[in-house]
Amino acid sequence: MANVENSEIRYLNPPTVEVRKKKYCRFKKAGIKYVDYKDAEFLKKFLNEQGKILPRRITGTSLKFQRKVAQAIKRARSLALLPYVTDLLK
Amino acid sequence: MIKQYETVFIATPVLSDSQMKEAVAKYTSLIKKNGGEVVYEEDWGLKQLAYPIDHKTSGFYYLIEFKAEPSFVATLETQYHRDERIIRYLTVALDKHAVAYAEHRRSVRAAKLAPKAEEPVAEPVAAEVEPEVKED
Repeated sequence: MANVENSEIRYLNPPTVEVRKKKYCRFKKAGIKYVDYKDAEFLKKFLNEQGKILPRRITGTSLKFQRKVAQAIKRARSLALLPYVTDLLK
Repeated sequence: MIKQYETVFIATPVLSDSQMKEAVAKYTSLIKKNGGEVVYEEDWGLKQLAYPIDHKTSGFYYLIEFKAEPSFVATLETQYHRDERIIRYLTVALDKHAVAYAEHRRSVRAAKLAPKAEEPVAEPVAAEVEPEVKED
């Protein structure tokens, strides 16, 4: 049945099936337990170009570690390791 | 109750090397005087600031890890605050994961510094071998 139906439907362009990659929390996957505020290069992965903290829905970080990342970024900012506001970070 | 802390301060870039050493000595001795113990020190040297602080664009960073009573942190921070050489400081209590991380970080850094002494010995050997191959 399914095969017959499939053959009857014809597309002008082959339908593109988007397979979205499942996001994961990189801290849980790598077993990282402490987010270091001194490692500015690492924290830059969680910032956008203006130096704002990226939301979890983009980075895939779990809530537990998002809190820790946010804390670490704020500490790094106060030590002038990361900017509060910029353009064209990275 | 003794807790482990980590403090980073930024000193003004106008200080000379000896003045910087003096400032560091002041704080390490302050920790020791108040019954604390310095676990680790790290000099990051002159670094560019991400944004200007007091019209300065760079500063000397210095990291001290120490063990002390929680009440000592307030004393340390008042000293920082009164010191004109210091433009920014941060003191953080370390939990068990942070202590483990700090130890790991220390060992990685020590490993990075140590092989450098051996490498120059190893490199000339490799350099000697390569030209021979090219001649063939």
